[in-house]
Amino acid sequence: MLDVLNTFNFLPIAELEVGNHLYWHIGNLKIHGQVFLVSWFVIALIVGASVLATQNAQRIPSGIQNFMEYALEFLRDLAKSQLGEKEYRPWLPFVGTLFLFIFVSNWSGALIPWKLIELPEGELAAPTNDINTTVALALLTSLAYFYAGFRKRGLGYFAKYIEPTPILLPIAILEDFTKPLSLSFRLFGNILADELVVAVLVLLVPLFVPIPVMMLGLFTSAIQALVFATLAAAYIHEALEGHGEEEHD
Amino acid sequence: MDPLVAAASVLAAALAVGLAAIGPGIGQGNASGQAVEGIARQPEAEGKIRGTLLLTLAFMESLTIYGLVISLVLLFANPFA
Repeated sequence: MLDVLNTFNFLPIAELEVGNHLYWHIGNLKIHGQVFLVSWFVIALIVGASVLATQNAQRIPSGIQNFMEYALEFLRDLAKSQLGEKEYRPWLPFVGTLFLFIFVSNWSGALIPWKLIELPEGELAAPTNDINTTVALALLTSLAYFYAGFRKRGLGYFAKYIEPTPILLPIAILEDFTKPLSLSFRLFGNILADELVVAVLVLLVPLFVPIPVMMLGLFTSAIQALVFATLAAAYIHEALEGHGEEEHD
Repeated sequence: MDPLVAAASVLAAALAVGLAAIGPGIGQGNASGQAVEGIARQPEAEGKIRGTLLLTLAFMESLTIYGLVISLVLLFANPFA
């Protein structure tokens, strides 16, 4: 079903280039090249910023070191508010990476004029507007919270499926499928919707009018990155704590 | 594409987004109203309330987005075409 989403090509709306992809063939696999290119760019950007900020660390931070410390503190607060003071440290890298990658990809898709770079097919855009990326991130989150549960409580982790009553077992199992589904669809839908709306508006009025919508897009994509990271942390916390614990907001 | 399938898909896509917008619309209105009430009652908590409100609004928004995804699938990647 996820593959079906690639067949945007035959549509009248294809001038918006929502669905043309730059295909790379590796063996039998058909890979969306533009997603990889922009992902590598995003990864390089994040790694480069981190290296730049840490290679000459000062006691009194300034410039990029200051900025990165601010980002780190933000991520730490985010993880701490979801996972709690005791548990958050080992999960901070995971949650923080999710947030940074999604945030930087969303904003790079909106802020960097990728259109200037001509591709033989398709166009460069935020990697998160491809469902494959978001599904991969969501499945990583699933793996992470299963791992967290097993690590912490061993096979007792499965007790959460029948804990209040065994009647809810099907729903508890269903939850494990709906979590990655909703995570991936939320991110994918939001980013794609943003880019579609901007594309349609640019098609209608090419100048100035789309700017407020682009601003809204920037805002939404930042919030979506925050939501993804928050939810990932909340799921991990739920797996760590088991059922019937207090709800963290 | 069979014209009947095409017509049905377009209608269904419109209905999917339209109906999916009703619930979150009501929910977002409720949440925002309550948040404004909370800020009016306790203006010093504004920052915290706003943060939580934005997060919950994003959650509600995603319900409409699910409808949008369905309609995008119907329009651009119709499995019945």
